[in-house]
Amino acid sequence: MPIIELEGLVYSYAGSEQRALDNVSFSVEKGEFILLTGPSGCGKTTLCRCLNGLVPHFYGGEVKGKAMVSGHDVFSTPIHEMARHVGFVFQNPENQLFALSVERDVAFGLENLGVPRDEIRERVDWALAQVDMQALRLAAPYELSGGQQQRVAIASVLAMQPEVLVLDEPTSFLDPASALRVLELLRKLNVELSLTILLVEHRLDMASVYSTRVVVMNEGKIALDGLPRSVLSLDEPRMYGVGVPKVVRLFNLLRGEGLSVGHVALTAIEAAEALRRGPLTG
Amino acid sequence: MLQLLEGFRFRRRDSVIHRLDPRVKALYAIAVLIAAVLYFELSIMVTICLIQVPLVLLAGIRREWLRSLRGAAFFAAFILVMNLVSGYFYSGIGFTAETIAFALSMTLRFLALMMAFSLFFLTTAPDDLALALEKFRVPHDFTFAFTSAIRFVPELAREVSSIMDAQKSRGLELERGSFTTRIRNYLPILVPMFVRSFERSLELAEAMEARAYGASERRTSLYELTLRRADILALALITVTLTISVYARYFLQLPQLTLPFTG
Amino acid sequence: MIQLTDVFYRYPNGFEALRSVSLRIERGEFVAVMGENGAGKTTMVKLFNGLLKPTLGTVTVDGARTTELSVAQLSRKVGLVFQNPDHQLFSETVQEEVSFALRNLGFDETTAQKRTAWALSLLDIERYAKTSPFALSGGERKRVALASVLVFDPDYLILDEPTIGQDYAQKERLRQFVVQLNQQGKAVVIVTHDVEFVAQCRPRVVLMSHGRIIADQRAEEVLASEELISQASLVMPQIARLFSLLTDLDFPRNVLDEYEAKQLILDFRRRHGHASAA
Repeated sequence: MPIIELEGLVYSYAGSEQRALDNVSFSVEKGEFILLTGPSGCGKTTLCRCLNGLVPHFYGGEVKGKAMVSGHDVFSTPIHEMARHVGFVFQNPENQLFALSVERDVAFGLENLGVPRDEIRERVDWALAQVDMQALRLAAPYELSGGQQQRVAIASVLAMQPEVLVLDEPTSFLDPASALRVLELLRKLNVELSLTILLVEHRLDMASVYSTRVVVMNEGKIALDGLPRSVLSLDEPRMYGVGVPKVVRLFNLLRGEGLSVGHVALTAIEAAEALRRGPLTG
Repeated sequence: MLQLLEGFRFRRRDSVIHRLDPRVKALYAIAVLIAAVLYFELSIMVTICLIQVPLVLLAGIRREWLRSLRGAAFFAAFILVMNLVSGYFYSGIGFTAETIAFALSMTLRFLALMMAFSLFFLTTAPDDLALALEKFRVPHDFTFAFTSAIRFVPELAREVSSIMDAQKSRGLELERGSFTTRIRNYLPILVPMFVRSFERSLELAEAMEARAYGASERRTSLYELTLRRADILALALITVTLTISVYARYFLQLPQLTLPFTG
Repeated sequence: MIQLTDVFYRYPNGFEALRSVSLRIERGEFVAVMGENGAGKTTMVKLFNGLLKPTLGTVTVDGARTTELSVAQLSRKVGLVFQNPDHQLFSETVQEEVSFALRNLGFDETTAQKRTAWALSLLDIERYAKTSPFALSGGERKRVALASVLVFDPDYLILDEPTIGQDYAQKERLRQFVVQLNQQGKAVVIVTHDVEFVAQCRPRVVLMSHGRIIADQRAEEVLASEELISQASLVMPQIARLFSLLTDLDFPRNVLDEYEAKQLILDFRRRHGHASAA
């Protein structure tokens, strides 16, 4: 049974005529690493909010259709209950850290759930180890860099041991090196803990290679859904205003000149290998 | 003025005083308050001030504490002058040893109180203060609002600075103009501040919900305030000293300087 | 010309953000200031319009020292657009928001109206003239912020991290807009760590790290140098990285563009006698 199952979702924010989600159906199996992308306003953030109940419980409005996550009907489950199954990491690192020390922030969710103290301690230690932030456990949030703050945010959500991790443009404010570190961390969590990951991102040149599936949205609908290499090498993503990795563009151009390159490369390293095996040797 | 506030900002440090339970430190500050108000003799005020010095040194916060004293200097001088002036007029015979002593005494009382509360805030983490409040059955919503407010002060400061930069870059001049112009010029600073604060609270609320805020009536906590040996000792010491002070005040005859008004 | 001569800047809390920085930006240039978060990029551009005055060294704009002029005076020449439009929006209508600077800088009413209309049409936001800026989307707000600085027609336009949170289409529009402004004679300085964006624009790149300028060359040279890139905690643009892995085949390194890349590969095949269709 899929871990996420969305059927015919239709939703408009309170006070808005426009459909933020226009008949969206979407299912995800456990362990997938989904990259969700699309132009601004396409509905990707709204879709994420439907996974933990922020839509409709926090944002109001009326939602139609069905959403099942980890066996729970999202629309009839309170947000705090969904929080046990879906961890949500937001774009702005600062406005999701509440406490005056890293440790207390990671413990926050567990305290809310009424978990016994010893277990809180254990889970906090474990979560901090997963994101490699034990050394800074007593630091205050304003003493941390953006990348470190995001790792703390991830740890705080991890501590609640959800099955699904949703991240809404978590690398927006980070410099490229920090962004890469966060993406590497997500890969590790996906592989080692079998965490299902839904990542909303614009920086496809960095993120696409980590994903097992790419979903492109446009105007409230799912426009494309498939393997990263298949979806990104099509012409459509560019038409929707999605920034396809440059090496994919290059290979499309070469294909236009009659050169077949076989394997679709998503990174420079893959591209170099593919070129050496193909066009550069015959 | 800002220097004065610096004397109340918590600094993370490891000392005996820092490790004391916040409730004990709060009691200490209150005890100093009671003692300072019970008496008005100069000798007692001096004693109360001097007693605190070793505590400050023990806590390793000498620099910040001195900074706050410097900030308080203005208020202290004001109190001194007011008391000297009123003493001069009320006594009818000008400056006497008693009026001067009294004025000094009132000034020192203010300083003694400042020292005690400054010590409390400098050595107590806001999180621990919140825990102490919770022990006194203050609802979590309030203590959380309290720690959140403190947590976001550096952010707010940075944001105000950013807003001022953006508006100055569009020609806004905050230091020029008549009084009314200057007030009006702060509108482009205040509006974005408010809007941002509002947006931030929405973002925070959303993040809190996503971390199961309100899931359980019985909220647990990572840390627990427990009274240890040092705390019990300190408590005992404070209680004993306070009791003696109250007793001495009402039941013993101490060398006193006569009140200026009754002379 | 904006000139920095051996500039040091230390924040009140003691942090030394800039160390011995010397730089010259002529009128009409197109420059990207890059580096990791905390490298000193934003600190440096705040010296350009006098928001910050150097602790040591001098900063001059068209010959005048910034220490002798107010920010308002310098703003007539140097326009600085900050990253977050929400840090400046405060008016009831977009029109008022955009004309704010003109009122501060002492423009008369008629000129102000004309200029405001011009700025609104330049950024394609005329239809929002009577709308509240708070009712607009993020991308639209960024355009309002940009319009509110362009309205006083500064000779030097500085954009602080304009691409954060923008999707690809928005970045492309911004890029074209900025190139157009530059071609019309404005000096454009972009502070960013978005290497792909810079690779598309191909400006002069001033690379900073830990408060110093570690490189000041054309984009092709800076972005294709592994050493410089790693020093500044950036990543190489994909095409440049690809060619850095193919240097043993005699490919050049300074390639940023996929079209150029395609051509080089086709030329390689022709030179080595492969048919053009596999």
